[in-house]
Amino acid sequence: MLDLSLLPDGGASWLDASGEHADIVISTRIRLARNLEGYAFTPRARDGERLRILTQVREAFASLRSIEDGVLIRVDELAPEDRLLLHERHLVSKELAGLNDQPVRTGAAVYLSRGVGIMVNEEDHLRLQALHSGFHIPDAFGVIERLDAELGNKVPYAFHNEFGYLTACPTNVGTGLRASVLIHLPGLVLTKEIGKVLAGLQQVGLTYRGMYGEGSEVVGNFFQISNQTTLGRSEGELLDYLVRVVRHVIEREEEARRVLLRDAGYIMEDKLWRAFGTLRYARSLSFEEAMNYLSGVRLAVGLKLISGLSVYTLNKLLIFSQLAHLGHAEGRALTESEANVARARYVRETLATEAE
Amino acid sequence: MVCDLCKGGEAVIQLTEIEGSGVRQLHLCEKCAAERGVETTLTAAKPQINNFLQTIHEQMPAAKGEPVHCSFCQGTLADFRATGRLGCAHCYETFESSLRDLLRRVHGNSRHIGRRYVAPLPTELPHVSSATELRDRLKRAIEAEQFELAADIRDKLRGIE
Repeated sequence: MLDLSLLPDGGASWLDASGEHADIVISTRIRLARNLEGYAFTPRARDGERLRILTQVREAFASLRSIEDGVLIRVDELAPEDRLLLHERHLVSKELAGLNDQPVRTGAAVYLSRGVGIMVNEEDHLRLQALHSGFHIPDAFGVIERLDAELGNKVPYAFHNEFGYLTACPTNVGTGLRASVLIHLPGLVLTKEIGKVLAGLQQVGLTYRGMYGEGSEVVGNFFQISNQTTLGRSEGELLDYLVRVVRHVIEREEEARRVLLRDAGYIMEDKLWRAFGTLRYARSLSFEEAMNYLSGVRLAVGLKLISGLSVYTLNKLLIFSQLAHLGHAEGRALTESEANVARARYVRETLATEAE
Repeated sequence: MVCDLCKGGEAVIQLTEIEGSGVRQLHLCEKCAAERGVETTLTAAKPQINNFLQTIHEQMPAAKGEPVHCSFCQGTLADFRATGRLGCAHCYETFESSLRDLLRRVHGNSRHIGRRYVAPLPTELPHVSSATELRDRLKRAIEAEQFELAADIRDKLRGIE
């Protein structure tokens, strides 16, 4: 079984709730898509080519200075539940973990260290990503920019004079940059402002998704806001723009929360304490149910209606109450109903020990 | 669960309304939700890739004078239309004018103005076996029934070996 404690930060430093606006913005992720010269792109490459890519980058990883104590995990050699575990921890994409309709690819791997990772043989040969707690775009970009410069000196990237960094899908070409912010917007959902906000995002060239990226459902009022365009603007412009828009969304969310408290204070308080009560005492919780109640409790903590509960605990509950994480803690794969019982127990015990 | 309003459609939206001092929860089907002005796309973010695939399907005829196959990976524009993924970096040159139009539609621009990359000198790079690379290209050329190209690649391989 995969032991994530072997990773320098346990693969969980992004949960520590240290960044700016940590109660509203859970995390910031920036990724760069890069491909190597001399090979077909991953989806068209043969098994042998992908293995050679892996060998080539593995040598380069070993001498990287911007990543310390990195650990290479051969995703293609992992059991399905361990691949799901990495995905639930936001360390690999669904595609790399072979959780889409395609099976895991030969040569799929990930190199992980504190808050940074490099996926190998994803849709592109390399996907460099930095994952930070809270709203931390400049820091996350600084890390990834240094890593990219260093790695690009060790392996030759595919670059086109006019089109920039070349990618398997033309929606990523140019900078290859996708920055996304995982944000909790219950106030805008409850005040029914969310539709307008999301429609507005799409009009200004940004997009939103569920917590797990492309095609994933929005659960628990968690949204990922990211840039859609990757070409025709510099990295700095793309990031500045996202920062400005996300700041505005945060302000709208804070305003919605003030309105809720002002116009429906005791109703909100009742609803949110009920959510806390359910999580504190339920004996079986489906994932969706847990996410929705956790959303309520997170809102209550943000509104200071509930005190003595840290945002870090809430972040941990979000991640560790998922199927593969529960199974990992129990040491075996769980059926859905077993997971519901294990989830309720985990949430109950965590709240009993970590909520004052 | 059926819709609380029309009692017919399947409820897909849970709406919490706050009116005065009361709260009520409604379970609505997509149609009734839309009629009440609730954004129904909220529950399932539209995968962007579908729109993108639709764009390339509808608006990407091959430009005049472009080769049918990419000489490196044997990919075609038809493959690209079917999967939304290009075969290799050389496809960007092979299908340059078709792609330029597509990029303008998708990104509003086709010119990269971000960081420029300077590749390291070949002597600074770890050795990559060009014979294995040629063998991969040879297999792909045969699969795509590009026999003339396959013969060229085979000759190059013989030269190396």
